[in-house]
Amino acid sequence: MLRLTDIRVTFNANTASEVRALQGVTLDINTGEFVTVIGSNGAGKSTLLSVIVGTVRPDYGTIWLGTNEMTDWSAARRAQHVARVFQEPRLGTCGSLSIAENLALAAKRGQQRGLRLALSGSRQQRQFADLLARLELGLEDRMTTPIGSLSGGQRQAVSLLMATLLPMRILVLDEHTAALDPAAAARVLALSAEIAGSQKLTTLMVTHSMRDALALGTRTIMMDRGRVALDIKGEEREKLDIPDLLDLFGQATGHAVDDDQLMLS
Amino acid sequence: MSLFALAGAIETGLLFSLVALGVFLSFRVLDFPDLTVDGSFPLGAATAAAAITAGADPFLATAAAALSGAAAGLVTAMLNVRFKIMNLLAGILSMVALFSINLRIMGRPNLPVYGYDTVFNRFGSLFDFGLWNDTILLAIFAIGAKLAIDWFLRTEIGLALRASGENPSMSEAQGISNGGMRYLGMGLSNALVALAGALFAQMQGVADVSMGIGTIVTGLAALIIGEAVLGRRSVFLATLGCLVGALIYRLFIALALNAGFIGIKAQDLNLVTAVIVAGAVILSQSRGRLQMPPPPLIPATTKREG
Repeated sequence: MLRLTDIRVTFNANTASEVRALQGVTLDINTGEFVTVIGSNGAGKSTLLSVIVGTVRPDYGTIWLGTNEMTDWSAARRAQHVARVFQEPRLGTCGSLSIAENLALAAKRGQQRGLRLALSGSRQQRQFADLLARLELGLEDRMTTPIGSLSGGQRQAVSLLMATLLPMRILVLDEHTAALDPAAAARVLALSAEIAGSQKLTTLMVTHSMRDALALGTRTIMMDRGRVALDIKGEEREKLDIPDLLDLFGQATGHAVDDDQLMLS
Repeated sequence: MSLFALAGAIETGLLFSLVALGVFLSFRVLDFPDLTVDGSFPLGAATAAAAITAGADPFLATAAAALSGAAAGLVTAMLNVRFKIMNLLAGILSMVALFSINLRIMGRPNLPVYGYDTVFNRFGSLFDFGLWNDTILLAIFAIGAKLAIDWFLRTEIGLALRASGENPSMSEAQGISNGGMRYLGMGLSNALVALAGALFAQMQGVADVSMGIGTIVTGLAALIIGEAVLGRRSVFLATLGCLVGALIYRLFIALALNAGFIGIKAQDLNLVTAVIVAGAVILSQSRGRLQMPPPPLIPATTKREG
């Protein structure tokens, strides 16, 4: 389904600030898999996601979606197959546009946009209202409100709706609950799992929380220094708890997890 | 102020509201500080004057002028999108190049259209509103442009344009080509400015290669005054602000020139304009309401280096 072969990315090559963000990542992700990605700062998690959504082009290696090579596709072109929720709620939505207008933008993702009015007809309004009602945040009654006046958690919930509004193949969640308060984070996380499950999406979720990484999804990848250090799924993963994961990581890399930000609980 | 001076101020105000609408599209909607405007305004004038003196229909000549402006906008967009030249510099390069191009189009520094048919004569021969003839035709252009922009920014493409200017990361994730939107917005913006130039040449009876100096500042002044009066809560109010701002600005200038008590003369106009714009921006910073929109949080695309 999604295949990455020997992906290498170096930022600021041949300068003092050279960073080898990815040093040969090869991954095969099957349709319907929910992969959680974990690793310390600078391990290459975000770069990996950026390579998949197309905002970073690899220096080497190829990316395949099914039988199509999409290595050279722009981010805009990939958008019809790959949807993304950003870490920062403000990045995923357009603050001055209303909730309905943001949803209307997402309803045309990857399609030809024309000179029809973006907000048209009561059918579309009802569709948006029904979608928003699923969030149980009361937003269906505030569709003309500029999205900038919502809280971070509300915006992120709408971002998630926007990402999954159209049929697509790969959902990319980039620490999308990191900027939220615990209650909002839990709600958005539960919603992500529910949507990914009900729409049978192939999902990649980067998280800082080891607990979330093991609790959600069907497969966990742990990254270290630009490489995939651990890749666990199936029965092996079911039995795993956090100390086991840390042990495995130590065995695989020869060093302990060295990041305070990585939440061990 | 005499009735004649009042009519003149309203005419010029309506005319510059077209410039303000163009500047609104580039500076506000697209978040692209575009200085092409100082070149595309005289470009419109030169194209229209050259076409009219060559015997073209004045409405056709005016349309051709708008198209020439769109082409200038596309060049600036290409310098920025395709060749990654910084937006300010891209606009300045186009502006400088247009000075020579305008001289080429006219064949000399200025080209009178006295005695030729203009859109104003044509309109005057159809309807008779006396002193207000030109004003009414300009009002039709200005209000028409305002309504057209209001409509356009509510369409699917228009919404994509707004998203691209405000949040390039998000629009890219929604499959919108930010580069494509820059071409579109810059083309539309400079078409409006060139249209204003074409009408200005026909109103004044002459196209002059130096008539573009300060166009951008005048457009910004109108935009900022409009925002101060009406705010920018919606597209409808923002575009209305362009009209209102340009009218207030021209009336203010006319009053200042008429009063004469502080010794302001016509040649001081650009200085006065610059002072007004600087003052409005400084004032707005202390009130935190009219500032230029903040730059995007994170660049849309991280380009591969080296």
